Amino acid sequence: MSAPLLSVKDLRVVFSVGGTLSRLRGHVTAIEGVAGVSFDIAKGETFALVGESGSGKTTLARTLNGLQKVASGSIHFDGKDATSMGRAEMKELRRRAPMMFQDPVGSLSPRLDVRALLAEPFRIHGMSDRDLDAEVRRLLTLVGLPVDFASRYPHQLSGGQARRVGVARAVALDPQLIIADEPTAGLDVSVQGEVLNLLNDLRDRLGLSMLIITHNLHVVRQIADRTAVMYLGRFVEMGETEAIFRSPAHPYTAALLSANPEPDPDRVHDRIKLPPEVPSVMARPSGCEFHTRCPFAQDLCRRNAPPLRVNGGHQLTCHFPMNTPAQAGLEQAQ
Amino acid sequence: MSSIRGSRGAEMTMTTDQNTPAPALDIDALSVSFATDGGTLHALKDVSFSVPKGRITGIVGESGCGKSTLINAILGLLADNGEVTGGAIRLGESADITKLTPRQMRDLRGLQISTVFQDPMGALNPVLSVGKQMRDIQYRSNLSKREKDARSVEMLRQVRIPDPEKRLTQYPHEFSGGMKQRVAIAMALMMRPQLLIADEPTTALDATLEVATIELLKELQQEIGCAVLFISHHLGVIAELCDDMIVMYAGEVVEQGSVRQIFRNPSHPYTRALLDCDPARLHERVKHLPTIPGTLPDLRNRPKGCVFQARCALAKPECGQPVTSVEVTPGHIARCIRTNEVTA
Amino acid sequence: MSEQASIKPAALRARSFPGLAALRKILREPMGFFGLALVVLILASAIFADLLAMYDPTKIAPQNRFQGPSLTHLLGTDHLGRDLLSRVLYGARIALLVALGSTALSLMLGIVLGLMAGYGPRWLDAFLLLVFDAMKSFPTIMLALTIVTLAGPSMVSVVMVVVMVSVPGYARIIRTQTIAMKTAEHVTAARSMGAGTIRILRVHILPNIIGPIVILASMDVPVVIGIEAGLSFLGLGVRPPTPSWGTILNDGFANIRDSSWIVIAGGLPIILTTLGFTFLGETLRDVFDPRLKGR
Ligand SMILES: Nc1ncnc2c1ncn2[C@@H]1O[C@H](COP(=O)(O)OP(=O)(O)OP(=O)(O)O)[C@@H](O)[C@H]1O
Ligand SMILES: Nc1ncnc2c1ncn2[C@@H]1O[C@H](COP(=O)(O)OP(=O)(O)OP(=O)(O)O)[C@@H](O)[C@H]1O
Ligand code: SF4
Ligand code: SF4
Ligand SMILES: [Mg+2]
Ligand SMILES: [Mg+2]
Repeated sequence: MSAPLLSVKDLRVVFSVGGTLSRLRGHVTAIEGVAGVSFDIAKGETFALVGESGSGKTTLARTLNGLQKVASGSIHFDGKDATSMGRAEMKELRRRAPMMFQDPVGSLSPRLDVRALLAEPFRIHGMSDRDLDAEVRRLLTLVGLPVDFASRYPHQLSGGQARRVGVARAVALDPQLIIADEPTAGLDVSVQGEVLNLLNDLRDRLGLSMLIITHNLHVVRQIADRTAVMYLGRFVEMGETEAIFRSPAHPYTAALLSANPEPDPDRVHDRIKLPPEVPSVMARPSGCEFHTRCPFAQDLCRRNAPPLRVNGGHQLTCHFPMNTPAQAGLEQAQ
Repeated sequence: MSSIRGSRGAEMTMTTDQNTPAPALDIDALSVSFATDGGTLHALKDVSFSVPKGRITGIVGESGCGKSTLINAILGLLADNGEVTGGAIRLGESADITKLTPRQMRDLRGLQISTVFQDPMGALNPVLSVGKQMRDIQYRSNLSKREKDARSVEMLRQVRIPDPEKRLTQYPHEFSGGMKQRVAIAMALMMRPQLLIADEPTTALDATLEVATIELLKELQQEIGCAVLFISHHLGVIAELCDDMIVMYAGEVVEQGSVRQIFRNPSHPYTRALLDCDPARLHERVKHLPTIPGTLPDLRNRPKGCVFQARCALAKPECGQPVTSVEVTPGHIARCIRTNEVTA
Repeated sequence: MSEQASIKPAALRARSFPGLAALRKILREPMGFFGLALVVLILASAIFADLLAMYDPTKIAPQNRFQGPSLTHLLGTDHLGRDLLSRVLYGARIALLVALGSTALSLMLGIVLGLMAGYGPRWLDAFLLLVFDAMKSFPTIMLALTIVTLAGPSMVSVVMVVVMVSVPGYARIIRTQTIAMKTAEHVTAARSMGAGTIRILRVHILPNIIGPIVILASMDVPVVIGIEAGLSFLGLGVRPPTPSWGTILNDGFANIRDSSWIVIAGGLPIILTTLGFTFLGETLRDVFDPRLKGR
């Protein structure tokens, strides 16, 4: 296996919150949006990020793209350290690792038509000497939109079409990694299928890597090679998608998978119920940060943070993983 | 496949059940058009359904089929170029609310109907703190500022926002997408409305919170006794939360019935195709996800017969004639001439 | 993969501004038609003053003083025997030059400062806000007197007064809208593509916020014409013998006992221009941005 395309080591991102007043009063003024995350993405691989809303997924994506300052840790893209990049290098990184935003219509400038929107990456990167009309036609064809869409404005596009324009813009300048934040939110299942097929297709044809953030676990299962589960700014479990879906080891992962609503009104859900009081990143719980909601929490969990367990490609932070002898023993004891 | 099939050919009735008391919301042959440069666009055509008191009705359909337009028509918030061209909307015992003045409509919106919109960013004002916005929507109550804040905190806690007191002073961009959506839900429920309209409120939430929000909505709905009109693209959420559902295509209601009737026995080819596209039905990874080939018809020139013709696998020449609705089983209505041949 | 997702027919929500469609919308409103007609008339008389005027506006002919309207002098003559129509036509040049020039300049400055305050660092915003408030707190007349005292009465002074008066208002509006737009998803998206600050402001922010401010500025044009005429009337603006509607009015009042035509010749164009721009501005606002009503 060659060197990974993207390698993130112990990344931390910190926000300062509250005004000067609360700072003077000695209240918490900094929160960790991303709190020590490490992972690699290989060439041609699709990596999915799932997890709690507010767990820092978007923040992580924005940081990879240089939109957010890194507090500590490192990001290596294609061997180069992104945290110490100058302006020009950062621009180049943004060309090679473009980001797709959650809101398909909102992320397109409302006063630019599709032609201008698709020409924008070329203009930004000083390539306006290319035949922009030809490029726009090429991109529209690539994402399966009729060429005459070039004259439309964002509000004249349906969600699915706007999403395609987003994809076209992301692949405009021969990217190596696409960072997609909720690429299918707000789309009905048939259009969602079209967008995912398109991304899959491009990955196969252009050999792209992808980082996909989504709440839709069915989507994850369909397109991701590996998956990481995030909770309060950290990865609690990471591994092959199929393995995680077959037997989730972290209680949060298991709860997430069991919560997934199925399109069947008579299904009796055998759910792992979690109390929905999500702890705040401003006041992180002691020990295992999931213990306030974990149905299997023990004293040990409240006292000590679980160590990182690495087993081949699978990583986990939990004292009592699911489906293991330790967990089974616990369940009997309860 | 062994599902019950009702007699075919019964004429459609406006409401699904005549025995129930006046529904919370009754929509009768509603049509809405938009004036555009290229001609009149018929976004809704003859939409009829009702939302019974104390029940949750879901709406599904392809993006662009008119779900948001329907909601805006109910709220009296159509864009300037939009117009109700026919039909009536009745709220509870009231007369047709499409005839109300903007002022009366505004009062109605404040007190009897409240809404959670699709776009969590758009629902909140980026330059005001969340606490200020929550205080502002309580302008009708004569509580003190502190009491209003206390209610805001209570509401935020109900939708599981951690640290609600501190959060009041923060601005929307300091919240994650999902948190913003929960703030919007809190703001909508604060008024204890008769009818809650929710346009995809759970899209931005993770599965555990999505389920928790559904349960919360159900709980609050029962407590307040309001009716809910719930739009979602997530068929699983509809199946789990809703009692009844409506399937829309190109501005028409193509199928309606109870959630069980429709998921068990989809009787319109579009519903059938939509359910088939749901990746939740796939139990292993596939190379290509199923999609519905073809595109929505041009709403400025609606086809004469069935709106789904161009994409329907069962289409016949007769489908080019106006299609009437068929009652498949009591309360389960589909607008298709070949309902019997649609198999789930 | 099927050919494409759900299609919304082309040109749906008709909100783009191709010139012709906009013009048609304006002409459909009676007020807009009237306003536009007046504005075109005044613009034409200013532009073609050379061709239309039959006399040199500054040429003194004492033998023709205080003549009433006649075929030779359509609006009569003033106390120095100058042809009033010619003076009014050339006066339109000055009025429009000052009004459009200084409004455009204020708009440009307001936009640049507003964008800087809205998009720049916090300290810059605070500083600029302070400057705007300080400028705004001066009453127009005091500001005018101060500037004229310092710089002497001239067209440039008039422009300076107008700029000082209107920039803070424009800048504040632009600032507020820039702040609201700064965190918009499409702006973040542009940053993520590697766009620099200037490009973001020019391509992704300005086009979205410029509409309302241009409409507001067009409604300010009559105010500026009033300021110019007022200052010139008081002898603080355009210096004689250059024809300005304000100086014509002044001449008229000084000689009101000898001829009432001078006042009419000076006042009428001011009234017509004010009406024209106000009607046009209000129609623009109602047609394109009804939310601005009540501002
Ligand atoms: N600009 C900011 N200032 C302060 N806090 C912020 C800021 N942006 C994000 N946060 C906080 O950081 C945390 C992570 O937010 P983020 O948007 O990354 O979550 P997410 O995982 O993408 O959630 P979702 O799935 O709901 O979109 C949240 O607690 C959020 O409130
Ligand atoms: N102001 C408008 N002017 C012209 N056409 C409009 C306007 N608003 C909506 N439409 C059109 O009406 C149709 C219905 O739009 P609507 O927003 O109701 O769809 P939707 O079902 O809510 O879609 P989604 O699931 O993507 O939110 C679409 O074809 C849309 O393009
Ligand atoms: S360490 Fe303990 S509290 Fe944390 S997830 Fe594992 S079992 Fe639950
Ligand atoms: S009426 Fe005909 S075209 Fe329409 S859905 Fe039924 S079979 Fe298909
Ligand atoms: Mg997010
Ligand atoms: Mg919608």
